[in-house]
Amino acid sequence: MRIVQTRRISQVFFFTLFVWFCIVSTIGDKLWQLRGWPVNWFLQLDPLVAIGTILTTHKLYWPLLWALVVICATIILGRFFCSWVCPFGSIHHFAGFLGNRKKKAAEKIQLNKYRKAQCVKYFVLIVFLFMAAFPSVGATLQAGLLDPIPLVTRSFNLVLLPIADSSVNVTSVAGRFYESAWLIFAIFLTAVLLNLVIPRFYCRFICPLGAFFGVIDRFALWRIGKSQNECVNCRLCEKSCEGGCQPAGNMRVSECVLCFNCLDDCKHELVSYQTRPSLAGEETDPDISRRGFVLSLASGILAVPAVRLGNKLGSNWYHRVIRPPGALGEEQFLQRCIKCGQCMRVCPTNVIQPGGIDGGLENLWTPVLNNRIGSSGCQLNCVACGQVCPTSALRPIKLSEKLGIGEFADRGPIKLGTAFLDRPRCLPWAMDKPCIVCEENCPVSPKAIYTQECFNTVRDGIFTVKKATNDTVETVEDNLPLDKFATGDYYCFIEEGDERTKIVGNTENSIEISPGRQFEKIPAAGSKIQIQVRLQRPHIDIEKCIGCGVCEHECPVSGRKAVRVSAEGETRSTDRTLLLKG
Amino acid sequence: MNEQIDKELDRREFLARAGKAGISIAAAGIASYLLYDSTGPAASIEAQDPVTLPDFSVPQIPAQTMSVVKGYDRAKTVDKAIELLGGIERFVKLGETVAIKPNVAFASPPMLGATTRPELVAEVVRLCYSRAGAKQVYVTDNPINDPASCFALSGIGKAAGQAGAKVILPKDNFFKYTTLTGGKLIRNWPIFYEPFTKIDKLIGIAPVKHHHRSGASMTMKNWYGLLGGRRNIFHQDINTIIAELAMMVKPTLVILDGTQVMMTNGPTGGSISDLRRVDTLIASCDMVAADSYGCGLLGLKVTDLPYLTKAHEAGAGTTDFQSLKPILATVS
Repeated sequence: MRIVQTRRISQVFFFTLFVWFCIVSTIGDKLWQLRGWPVNWFLQLDPLVAIGTILTTHKLYWPLLWALVVICATIILGRFFCSWVCPFGSIHHFAGFLGNRKKKAAEKIQLNKYRKAQCVKYFVLIVFLFMAAFPSVGATLQAGLLDPIPLVTRSFNLVLLPIADSSVNVTSVAGRFYESAWLIFAIFLTAVLLNLVIPRFYCRFICPLGAFFGVIDRFALWRIGKSQNECVNCRLCEKSCEGGCQPAGNMRVSECVLCFNCLDDCKHELVSYQTRPSLAGEETDPDISRRGFVLSLASGILAVPAVRLGNKLGSNWYHRVIRPPGALGEEQFLQRCIKCGQCMRVCPTNVIQPGGIDGGLENLWTPVLNNRIGSSGCQLNCVACGQVCPTSALRPIKLSEKLGIGEFADRGPIKLGTAFLDRPRCLPWAMDKPCIVCEENCPVSPKAIYTQECFNTVRDGIFTVKKATNDTVETVEDNLPLDKFATGDYYCFIEEGDERTKIVGNTENSIEISPGRQFEKIPAAGSKIQIQVRLQRPHIDIEKCIGCGVCEHECPVSGRKAVRVSAEGETRSTDRTLLLKG
Repeated sequence: MNEQIDKELDRREFLARAGKAGISIAAAGIASYLLYDSTGPAASIEAQDPVTLPDFSVPQIPAQTMSVVKGYDRAKTVDKAIELLGGIERFVKLGETVAIKPNVAFASPPMLGATTRPELVAEVVRLCYSRAGAKQVYVTDNPINDPASCFALSGIGKAAGQAGAKVILPKDNFFKYTTLTGGKLIRNWPIFYEPFTKIDKLIGIAPVKHHHRSGASMTMKNWYGLLGGRRNIFHQDINTIIAELAMMVKPTLVILDGTQVMMTNGPTGGSISDLRRVDTLIASCDMVAADSYGCGLLGLKVTDLPYLTKAHEAGAGTTDFQSLKPILATVS
């Protein structure tokens, strides 16, 4: 079997595996559900995830040890990951093939030539690494924006899968929504369409992971090269060169993605995968200028303080950035979150959403709870998000820690924030309408939302008694709205005697009170009665509220909700607390 | 290029071109005529083809409408309660398809009593299959919390599946618009309809729970799960909506589980201290009567729950359960 065939099989295998892991990231114990599938495996293989978190945290989180396998193999073999494993690379490979397959050999050679601009990806890498490297100016892990594995993971999980699944409902019953999915999709689509301009555009010019491999493969024991310098110089070996690494001439080892097309295309078998350097000459170092290096280094160091001038980690923090349970404190969180979207994918209620830039640039695509989306706020008995977080930006907490029971009883439950009532929008508070859906749905025991009963006289609700019996009052007025007060929520209040009795029915000029109850004192003719509505007005017990957002999700005031969660009081932060500790 | 410009338009080409132009104009004209709308859009779109939930009730047998069984083992008490009404064969015939509507509202473990107990659902499923010879049993609800999580955490999904029933989770296209004759609130409103089109019999199973807004959540309130859309707005008039649900749904049988009653913090509960053992299970063809009995388990009177009287007056059942001569029994 030809080596390019083997490569294609490998690409199809790993791409299929990747898609499979996306599909099975659904909570459940069926074969096509999460059960024990290692759905983070591609993210764990990604050395940029490991290196990035090492730079920010000075530790290697244990599941990321997989990256060491890839690093070691790259040092020995070269950039095998790009053409043999990377699912994003396989997409580009295929798209580039489709877009350019009808071109003539000469055109293809021109398309796949080496370009000076391929050094841009190294600058991208340098910027990201230096953003992560200096805690003195505020280390932040932003590599996930362009790191191909997080990028392709979130593109599949948050965009392509929900679209594909909307008609078959394998991964969710009701369909999934992701707020800023359009931007994720636009970037993914742009990256794929750029293959029509230049094949593997993303890999050659942008990919910071490819750049990292390009730096470490300089010592590769085996590399592509010509086994003799003299040849007919047909340059067919460059016809399908995926990396644009000019195998016919001075071989650029750092650009070679090991697609092996040159071996296949050389009719004279003069190109081989060999231990000695190419006899036509080779360049192992990435082609970056000193000026470019210094500029990108300076940009990386300056980028973090520049972004943080918005003071989003200080007093100007954004109250709608409500993090999932188990999230680290904001600064530590930003040092670990790679924006892969696994938590958003696995969340059974779809409440975890890719963040926007309202919370600062660093917040983009990080997990934020939006209680207006999904099937209900953060479900009380669920800790799924932390279990799939590849970098432990969301710690893999146990249910007992979330609920604050058992060994965590002294710490109390994890609070994501606090629910605030917007009384001018609340039906019982502002409009004298009974409701308390929020109270009903509060999952905390005892409930964090409690009610206080009050009786309010309805508009134009004072009537004069014409005649009264044990259980009816006939009024002088004859303009009572028919049956309006029969709902069980209205009461007849007799001013003299301070007596209040439930109404069960009314006509235009009479009201009837509960059967089995009678007026203690039958109101006299000419005296006044009031029609009152019984209201249970919600209050929030701030010490009980865990910020789960179920109340906000269920609030029937469906535009701007009358009860909304805000991140004040979240457990993970000490400077956003609301209450004095008793 | 130049060659064509120089060339005179000959007759043949002129005719061909004129013919094509004529066809294009005719096509545009016909399309405009066919699509012509002289009035513009109406203010709102009325629901097309409203549906009506079928009547699943069985003929009355005097003094065999309601049974109350004391005991702690739900599988035994429900067996006994149904047996006292004439056995499951009275309600489900050989080869029929049955839907069971438990209360699966919350993603909460069974021990907290916020949802119907899974062993109770499983036992009724088992009775339908093994005793009555049902062809297919569905277990379905449209919960408040995430549906899949509710069925998983409440244990009902697993218990129903093991007993051979098929769980139906709500999908958008399962909802159809209905209007309740004589109803004030259920007008042109989406209900969870699809699962009920393919069944012969419907059994509701609900626990007795405290409910701060309405007083109590029992078998009538259990049908709230059939409402779709923004059903939360009905809390403004909770008594009317519950009474209308009792008018809209005509089940074969309801089972009210008062083995452990949620006395406080309802309807979600969240602590076993919210529960009290009352060891009572009710089976009834009349859900108003069942709930009228059930409210006593919470220490409430019929008049404390206005929806009971409303349903009674609307003819959905009777609040005077004693008139039905409930059959009492105790199992150990």
